[in-house]
Amino acid sequence: MTNILIHLLLAIFMPPLLLGVIGKTKAAFAGRIGAPFLQPYYDIFRLLRKGTVFSTTTTWIFRAGPIVSLATTAVAALLIPFGAHPAPISFQGDMILYAYLFALGRFFTMAAALDTGSSFEGMGSAREATYSCLAEPTLFFALITLSRLSGSYSLSAMLIKVSSSIWLEAGAALILLVGGMFIVLLVENCRIPFDDPNTHLELTMIHEVMVLDHSGPAFGLIQYGASLKLFVLGAFFVHLALPYATGTPSVDWLLFIISMLELAVIIGTVESVMARLRLVRIPQLLVAATILAAFSTLLVIR
Amino acid sequence: MYSALQDVCDPAIVAIIAALFIGSAGIPGLFLRPGPGQMIATVTTILASLAGLPAALALLFAPATSTFVLAWELPFGPCELAIDPLSAFFLLPIFLVTATGSLFALGYWPAATHRSTERGLTFFYGLLASSMALLVMARNGVFFLMVWEVMALSAYFLLVTEHGREDVRRAGTVYLIATHTGSAALFVFFSLLAGQTGSFLLPASGSLSALPPVALAIGLTAFAGFGAKAGIMPLHIWLPSAHANAPSHVSAMMSGVMLKMGLYGIFRTLTFFHDPPLVWGAFLTVTGITSALLGIAFAVAQRDLKRLLACSSIENIGIITTGLGVAMLGVSSHNPPLAYLGMAGALLHILNHSFFKPLLFLGSGVIIHATGTREMNLMGGLGKEMPRTALLFLVGSVAICGIPPLNGFVSEFLLYLGFFSQLQATSMPYIVLLAPLLALVGGLAMIAFTKLYSSVFLGAARKPGATHPHEAALTMLLPMGIFALLCLTIGLAPQLAQRLVSPALAAFMPAMARSIDPAEYMSILGRLSLFAILLLLVAFLLTLFLRWRLRQSEVTAAPTWGCGYQRATARMEYTATAFSELAVSVFNGIIRQRIERPALTGIFPSAARCNDLPTETVLDRIIVPLFNLAGPSFAFLRRLQHGQMHVYMLYIFVTLFILMLWAH
Repeated sequence: MTNILIHLLLAIFMPPLLLGVIGKTKAAFAGRIGAPFLQPYYDIFRLLRKGTVFSTTTTWIFRAGPIVSLATTAVAALLIPFGAHPAPISFQGDMILYAYLFALGRFFTMAAALDTGSSFEGMGSAREATYSCLAEPTLFFALITLSRLSGSYSLSAMLIKVSSSIWLEAGAALILLVGGMFIVLLVENCRIPFDDPNTHLELTMIHEVMVLDHSGPAFGLIQYGASLKLFVLGAFFVHLALPYATGTPSVDWLLFIISMLELAVIIGTVESVMARLRLVRIPQLLVAATILAAFSTLLVIR
Repeated sequence: MYSALQDVCDPAIVAIIAALFIGSAGIPGLFLRPGPGQMIATVTTILASLAGLPAALALLFAPATSTFVLAWELPFGPCELAIDPLSAFFLLPIFLVTATGSLFALGYWPAATHRSTERGLTFFYGLLASSMALLVMARNGVFFLMVWEVMALSAYFLLVTEHGREDVRRAGTVYLIATHTGSAALFVFFSLLAGQTGSFLLPASGSLSALPPVALAIGLTAFAGFGAKAGIMPLHIWLPSAHANAPSHVSAMMSGVMLKMGLYGIFRTLTFFHDPPLVWGAFLTVTGITSALLGIAFAVAQRDLKRLLACSSIENIGIITTGLGVAMLGVSSHNPPLAYLGMAGALLHILNHSFFKPLLFLGSGVIIHATGTREMNLMGGLGKEMPRTALLFLVGSVAICGIPPLNGFVSEFLLYLGFFSQLQATSMPYIVLLAPLLALVGGLAMIAFTKLYSSVFLGAARKPGATHPHEAALTMLLPMGIFALLCLTIGLAPQLAQRLVSPALAAFMPAMARSIDPAEYMSILGRLSLFAILLLLVAFLLTLFLRWRLRQSEVTAAPTWGCGYQRATARMEYTATAFSELAVSVFNGIIRQRIERPALTGIFPSAARCNDLPTETVLDRIIVPLFNLAGPSFAFLRRLQHGQMHVYMLYIFVTLFILMLWAH
């Protein structure tokens, strides 16, 4: 019971902190002091109090977009184990529900963007649709590999199973998987080198341009939803890359928080040292990620 | 429920009578003035379906198969009609889609404004529905072929309702050639079958062996004949243009039900054999997943609303065939969980597809009614004028993409469970590689349907002023509403769906079904239902929260932000073609778009047109060249073809005479 409570509290309150850590890391690389760690929280609270401008072109779909995408991410957060602690709900085949919940959120985000009738947002959602379609098989290859390694069909069991001993046993497969999933993590959360969360208006944008017309509380929900998505997908990733576990519940929670913060620093570092890719390169890299994950699958089922 | 109904009357008789009533519903209309005729037909069809649906449900759960023998004087042995759970399962969509489509036609194709075409349409519509209902009951090969031909021909007459248009006639011809090629394969199929069993009665379940080489021929002819009707690639060539050019409620019927008759044939054929070899399952799986991938890839490139829906039917038939193939792999390798999950996924997807595809086709009818075009690039912003249609269409679009909390997800989920179930086993772990492929299909479906939904309903109208869209009449909204409700029900309570498919599944493979405990899957589906409800709850709470915040703060309305540009027009919107262009370019090779670009010269080029058309790769590059090659070499046969009725009758007589001599 306590563990479920901690799970929920972490899922609700911690996500924006990751954005703060990423921002601080980038500032450190640039030689600046940077905004405080809690800046994303301030931003979201301010947005929730602001007024809203609705485009006259839009219908209720535009308002449903942020709601559905946050709701799906929040429900998906119940399926992911945090650190060594299993998720509040897990059942056979929950990994498929996990993958498809994000699809629902994406459908409504894209529809909301297209509801504005702006060609920028049309471009953004066309890219989102294509790239997420290319990223989808990677996630499934990862799930296959993990399911085969752990011998189970639920996210909690298959992710918690990854440990240093599994790394020794199937290190090659896991390295390939970490490579592929890191690319997916960056694409899905619109980070550099695929997308830049700090600019809105350039023609190369994907996710950020889709939410161009949102403002006020709805935009606050979007910002919070984006940080929650980073948190949920990040929690998946740290299981693969940083599988710390001790067996003591309190220490394990601490280790989970530390590994999430480490992940934020890594993302911040990548964003500081890399330039954004040209748009035509993105599909190539996504296919490469799929092939990496497919290799790892072949290594474990051969 | 079964016993209660049986006391009143035998459900099998009710189902047969309902089918006959639907078949004759259009006859009074042929002799009456157009208006009342259509009304009589609609009322008859709906009443008959209301009787037929519970009867089909009762038969589905009935412990025994009801069998009747029709007294006929034809020399093909006794004509048996039987309704087992598998037949009853296929009766459900027939009655449901027929009734709703018939109601829809009142508003969509009213006799008052379609005086010349309405009678034929109503008559053949009933005939099509009735022939399909009899088809799933037929147990005599010759009777089966007769109703099969009635079905194929009435679908042809429905399809060419607007025969004044060139493209409709062309679509009709392609359909007629394709369906008769399939029928030819079925003639061979039933002859081979009769050669095996010694009578034209369909063999009992599990009575044939798949080992002799003639079994392979039976399997292949069944696949060619039934597969052509179902639209499995590469036998799908007739499908996109036929669905696109038929009136919308007929498209709903063809896609929602008629394609399933092809699948029914394949299902039924597979029940004959007690030891299907592994390669049959593998063949079905490979053709299935190929159809799914290519079908949805073609759908992404379409700009014609109904053609997109038609291509997505190929995809869904492919998904069903994949499930069937996986189930057959399970049967051949004596692996009950694999067989169960593949079959449950396939059967449920049949049901699901007959909910959301008619919903979308009827919706497309409403859209075409309102805008007068099928071209998505000319639409936009209909969501404002037609909010109810937009909502119902949204339900269909989300359901067909296979995402929770609607029904499409449930059947795909069962298939995924099946794919993963062999991962730990040593025998066939490679089945799991279907999972990423199905995920890719899902991703492409999402592109196709966000494109469809948003270019039709969202944004601003791209061609304003041409027509004045209006909300559809209740007779058109109600059928769509029924389907949307069914989609939501199965999405929220997938356990119900499992109940529905289990009897059909047990009829298909009794041995496999007995060794499986459905309670395990029931509890998994229960979790899905929990999550669906949880999702709706969270979304509802967030809606309340957002409304509260919006009330507390200032809300203003302004034009869409154009990045400083003040005079944005609807022409600058992203069109449907533009939306899918990136995906088309990534999947170049699978999808091809023929683009005719003008050559621009000089500093001030004059006005020019740019045209893009998605091409039908299989039809244009393989089938048409082959037909062109075959044409001259069969030219001598054309001399037999001269349009003189009495000489044709002479041909029939001479053929019969020669056959009788030969038989002696």
